[in-house]
Order: sequence, then C-alpha cells, then structure tokens
Amino acid sequence: MLRYLLPLGLFFCLVIIFIYGLQHDPRQIPSPFIDKPAPAFKLSTLHAANIDVQLDDLKGKVSLLNVWASWCVACRTEHPLLVAMAKDNPVNLYGLNYKDTREDAIDWLKQLGNPYIESAFDQTGKTGIDYGVYGVPETFVIDKEGIIRYKHIGPLNKQDIDNIILPMINQLASPTS
Amino acid sequence: MIPELGHFTLILALAMAIIQTIFPLAGAANGNQAWMALARPVARLQFLFISIAFGVLIYSFLSNDFSVAYVAQNSNSLLPAIYRLSAVWGAHEGSLLLWALILSLWTTAVTFYSKRLPVFFLARVIAVMGSVSVGFLLFMLLTSNPFERLLPIPADGSDLNPLLQDPGLIIHPPMLYMGYVGFSVAFGFAIAALLGGNLDSSWARWSRPWTLLAWMFLTIGIALGSWWAYYELGWGGWWFWDPVENASFMPWLIGTALIHSFAATEKRDVFKNWTILLAICAFALSLLGTFLVRSGVLTSVHAFATDPERGIFILILLGFFVGGSLLLYALRAPSTIKGGQFKLFSRETLLLFNSILFLVAMLTVLLGTLYPLIAEALGMGKLSVGAPYFNAVFIPVMAPVALLIGIGAIVKWKQDDYKRVARQLRFLLLASVVIGVVLSVTFFDNHLVRTCAGIVAALWVTFTSIAALLARLKHRQNKLIALQTIPRGFYGMTIAHIGFAVTIIGITITSQHSVDLHERMAPGDKVEFADYQFSLEELRPTTGPNFKATEAVVKVEKNGVYVTDLHSQKRIYTVRNMPMTEAGIDSSLMRDIYISLGEPLDGEAWSIRLYHKPFVRWIWLGAIFMALGGLLAATDRRYRLKVEKNNAALVEETAASLKP
Repeated sequence: MLRYLLPLGLFFCLVIIFIYGLQHDPRQIPSPFIDKPAPAFKLSTLHAANIDVQLDDLKGKVSLLNVWASWCVACRTEHPLLVAMAKDNPVNLYGLNYKDTREDAIDWLKQLGNPYIESAFDQTGKTGIDYGVYGVPETFVIDKEGIIRYKHIGPLNKQDIDNIILPMINQLASPTS
Repeated sequence: MIPELGHFTLILALAMAIIQTIFPLAGAANGNQAWMALARPVARLQFLFISIAFGVLIYSFLSNDFSVAYVAQNSNSLLPAIYRLSAVWGAHEGSLLLWALILSLWTTAVTFYSKRLPVFFLARVIAVMGSVSVGFLLFMLLTSNPFERLLPIPADGSDLNPLLQDPGLIIHPPMLYMGYVGFSVAFGFAIAALLGGNLDSSWARWSRPWTLLAWMFLTIGIALGSWWAYYELGWGGWWFWDPVENASFMPWLIGTALIHSFAATEKRDVFKNWTILLAICAFALSLLGTFLVRSGVLTSVHAFATDPERGIFILILLGFFVGGSLLLYALRAPSTIKGGQFKLFSRETLLLFNSILFLVAMLTVLLGTLYPLIAEALGMGKLSVGAPYFNAVFIPVMAPVALLIGIGAIVKWKQDDYKRVARQLRFLLLASVVIGVVLSVTFFDNHLVRTCAGIVAALWVTFTSIAALLARLKHRQNKLIALQTIPRGFYGMTIAHIGFAVTIIGITITSQHSVDLHERMAPGDKVEFADYQFSLEELRPTTGPNFKATEAVVKVEKNGVYVTDLHSQKRIYTVRNMPMTEAGIDSSLMRDIYISLGEPLDGEAWSIRLYHKPFVRWIWLGAIFMALGGLLAATDRRYRLKVEKNNAALVEETAASLKP
C-alpha cells in the first residue's frame, strides 16, 4: 500500500514548493535591499583584467546596475532595449557580468552591442550573491549616494523602462530629492 | 455585440462540460443508461460551443475590433492578416481558449471512435475529460476572459509580439497543444479504468493509439518550436533548456515512456500499475507545464503575462486533478492490478528499464527547472540553472537508451537466451564501432571522442533496427508478401527508432562542430570562413507592413563558385519599438550557412555573425521520422478492427450489470 502512496507524497511536496513559489514572485522586489546601501564591490572590468571597477565609480550620479550573462537567454530579449535606452538617454548604465567567461561575454557584447559604461566581471558570482541575485537578468537603480532604490528581477521590457526605470532616474536625479 | 456572443457560448460550453462530468459518472455508478448515454451528445455540443467562441475571437481579430481588450493588446491594424489569425493564440487568454478547444476536440474524437468501448467505460472516460474541461473553462471565465471589453476603445492595437510574427509560430502552438492536451485521453482512460476496476490488456489497446497520436503531435510541436527558435532568435541555437521548453519536453519524455510501457501492457499484460501511473504522469506534466508557464513562479523568455491569482487557480486545478488521480491510484491500484509473468532477460525487462530511464530523464529536467524554486524554499539562496547542468546530466541518462533500443528490438518477449542475443548483436556492435570510428576520423579532426560516441550510438540504433526487420523476413519464402504482413506498428517502431538515430547524429555533429565568426563588415568587404567566401554586397533600408528594417545582402561563394545570396534583416517593429533580427539561412542536408546582422558600427560598417552548422537539419528530420513512426503505429490495423474477441467478455459483463 505504501509504495502506491509514494507518487502522491512526492506530488504533495511539489505542491508545497509551488505554494511557496506563488507567494514569492520572482519578479518581486525582495525588501532587504531596498533603501539600503548597495553592497560594495571591487572587480576587474570585463574588457581588461588589470583595470578595476568598484561601487564608488557609480556614485555621484544615479546609476543602473544590470546583471547579465552570455549564457542567459532572457538577457537576449532585454539587451536590445538596454542598447536603445543607453543610446537615447544619458543613463549611467553599468553591467555586472555574472558567472561568465570573458571570451563569451566580450563576444556577446560585440554581437549585440555594448550599452554599458563598464561591466564588472564577477566570475565567481560572489558580488552577485551580495546583491541577492536571484536569476539573471536583474537591474538595480542606485542613487547618487549609493543607496539601492529599486530592483527589477527578470528581463526589463519597454514599459518597465519607460514607465518605471527612466522616471525613477529622473526623479532621483532632480536636486530636490 | 459579437464578442458577447463568444462570452455567452463559453458559458454554455461550461454548462455542457458540467453535465458531461456529472451525469455519465453518476450513471456509471448506478447503472442508469440514459444518463450514460448523455456523454456523447453533450461532449459534441460542448465542442460546438467552444468552436463558436473560438470563431468569434478569430472574427474579432480579423475585423480589428480593438474594443476587445485581448485584441487591442495583441494586434494592430497594420498586422498582416495571417498573423492576426495566429495572434488569437499569441497570449494567455486566447491560448487558453485554444487549450479548451483542443481538449473538446479530442473528447469529440473519442465519442466518434469509441463504438467498441463498453458503455460504462466510455461514460467514465468522457466524464473525466469533461471535468478537465470544467476546470479550464472556469479558469478562463473567472480569471482570463478573452472577450473582455476595453473602454475607451483605443484607436489602434499595441501589436503582436514581433517574436511571434513568424510562419513557424502559426502552427507551433496548435501542434504542441494537440500533443499535451492529447494526453488527457490516456488520462481519461486510466482514471476510467481505475474507477471501474477493469484494468486488463484491452484497456491498453484502447488507450495506445490515442497516446501515440498525442505523442506524434507533441513531437512535431517541440520540433517546430526548436526550429523556430533556431531561425527567429537570430543566433543559431536550437534548444535552450528554458522553463517553457522544459514544460513541453517533460510530458514528451513521459509520453515516450508511456507508449513503450503500453506495448508491454498490451502484448504481455504486465506493468499495468506502472503504465497507469505513467498515463497519469504524462497529463499531470501537461498541467504542470501550464502552471509553470502562466503562474509566474519561474521567469522565462516565453513568459505569458502572469498574475498570482491565475497561479493559485491553476495550482488548485493541478492539485485537484493530479492529487485526486494519484489518490485514486493509491486506493485502487493494489486491488485491481494483477500482471503476467516474465523472466529477467526478456523484452519486458528492457522496456521497464527504458521507461525508468525516461522517468529519470524527466526528473532531471524537472529538478533543473524547479531548482531555483526549491533552493529558495529551502533557504539555500537564489540561483539559476542553465544549459551546462542539463547537458551534463541529461546526456548520460539518454545514452543507455540508445543501447537499449538496439537490444530491445532483438530480444523476445517473456524470455530469451542472452547467448543467442549476444551472438546476433556482437557483429552489429563491432560494425557500429568500426564504421563510427572510421567516419569520425575521416571527416572530423577535433572533439573526436564525443563525435565518435554519437555516431556509434546512431549507427547501433540504425543497424539493430534494420536487423530486427530482416529477422522478421528470415524464414519467409516470398519476401514481398512478408513485408506486407509485417504490422504497421512494427514499421512505425523501426522508423521512429531510426529517427532517434538521425536526431542523435544531428545533435552530436551540430553541437561539436559548429563554428561561427564575428566580423565587422562594410559593403564591399569579403571574408573567408569555413571554406566559403562571404562578401557583403549591399546594405539597404527596407520596410514591411509594421516594421522598418536594414537588410544585408551577402553573396556566398565556394572556391569562386557562386552558392547563394543570403538576406539578413535588422528590423524595428514600429508599434512596440522592438528590434528583431531576421537571419539569412542557406540550408541543405549536410550543413546550414547562417548569417545574422548585429549592430551598426561606425561609418557604413555593421557587425555580422556568420555560422556554419553541419547536420543541423538532421535534428528536425529525425523528429519528423519519429512523428511518422508514431502515426504509423497509431493507425495499425489491429486498432481499427470493429469488434474484438477480447472485448466480448467485457461487453457481456457490462450487459449483465445493466440488468436491474
């Protein structure tokens, strides 16, 4: 009898995971990072192993930090939008190249265009973990003081960029805020 | 007014589905023949109503009725008519309607091809399928009504996602849904058998052709999806292990195990509980796929617009149908299932191994797909799982399948002598290895081990399949007549297995020997790559109905001899302002040349990606063979016989229980 119940038992475990999953929308913003200082990092740049890029480079302007990887399929749908956004708007867009190889990542940018001022090369994924990277791509809005103001999980679409990201950058950049 | 008609007929369809569930089921429980007789006509009426609703939605798209919210979100007056048609199933609401339409289509098909089924059994099958329909129609009406109106009416629609504006995408979703919704028939038969307690080999004979057909559609659907991704995403990949792809692949894996397990159950009356479980599983995975894609628990390129309310609804459906059927299985299987006998070395054992391997393969895919969720639930942090994991675990699980196919075709049912089999196979094994090694060394000079392994496996499968066919002709006088007397199912198996070999060749050679080159090219530039010369003839602006594009014309030559002109476009779809790459492909059996236009660089130059992909067509060619094999097997003569002796007992039993 017991072995006949096994499939049902396994299914229940799955359902419990799904119930959990439904309450935790992967696109939702995990609150611990919002309005907290962005975790500091110091990594080599993607294009040159001997040049560093660090959190301080982002400060002073409102920045976007976009986590991407050449192996990430969803990044491909998002990427052209980033290229277009960077072309049409003066955004301070940095990339965090996550668990990738230099060769693949550089190739990828050559093919699809490079919208980033600089991409930090996070081969081990340690910085990604500090930032609570859930799935790639993710995009953080970081204000002038280096405080995370917004986090988007999953690929950005045109509406996200036009209705959320760009207005937020403008608002944070205005002197009154 | 017309969209309201669609809404109204959907409600009528729901009413039909409810009647279709309750009355035949109750009738079967208390022997009320009139109630059971309702099953057929009501199921057909349900199909009629859903068809009307579907027709209304098509009409709304073709007539650019942007007062319908779904049309406004997924169409545009500039969208070509053919894509306005395919936009009907281009997003969540419409594709659900397609789901429901196809479910009722399968149900109606069962009502027509069921004359030899006992009344009780048929009533239960139709009722179970009706209950699934109730679930989905409720889901649609309560959370995802495709006929919802929009006020104020927008002047124009926001266009269909450009990725979906493609001929491949017109038939990909219907094929895919025909596949995985088709498993609902096997599910209905399995549940009806558990409810009625009549689990014998005739049950397997009834379900098997339906399952084979569904499997055939699913095979075609997955292959179309892969082909579409190959040319439409513009970078030459053909499989991404994306959650949505996995969602369609998992039912296929279990479906494959199921059609093999059915063979053993039908012929030898064994593994009945296992087959039942696989039948439940195949449909459960179809529902699971629907849940994963539409609930938003996982992120994916294909993601539908999701919201948690819908997620909860599908989860309830999933819990009800899968939980309920597994509970029924646990309660009924131990008492109803008794099986035949077989020895360790027999075809039965090999088939059992085969379905276990496919089950394990499915579980590895399931684990990889859900791992981000599981890891988060267990507090192990947040992570994503990509192609390296799947390739690392999936291929080792599938390799023994190739080995088993070869042995399985030769080994006899019930019991065989392994010495006899070894004698017969050792020559074939030797031939596969020798020819495989020679071919690999002759034609390739890197990645030899993997290439060789793939080719040897494919040769082994092919040789043994042909050997099994020849063995059937061995002691026959007239070979031609003998060929005709071999059942279609056997040809189906042979062709499908050879198709599997063809796909192995395609996957192996493409993944090991594709090369690509990234080049900066201005008009007039010439580049040498993979023994071909590519020259960028011109870059010209061009427009389509709803996009603007830059088109590159690249002339391809080999040793100075003209091969072809390739056209690749970089399009901007104006409504959504979304860029798309249209690849230029020259395909042949042995290789594809593939170019895709990258980004504009300084001056006149663009970045252009060139690919040389040997044998890539074989991946889909193999799938066509597999599907053809499935079709042949499904239409085997023995499934078309009007009356079968084995059923006589059941019919009598039915008649007896009908007496007051």
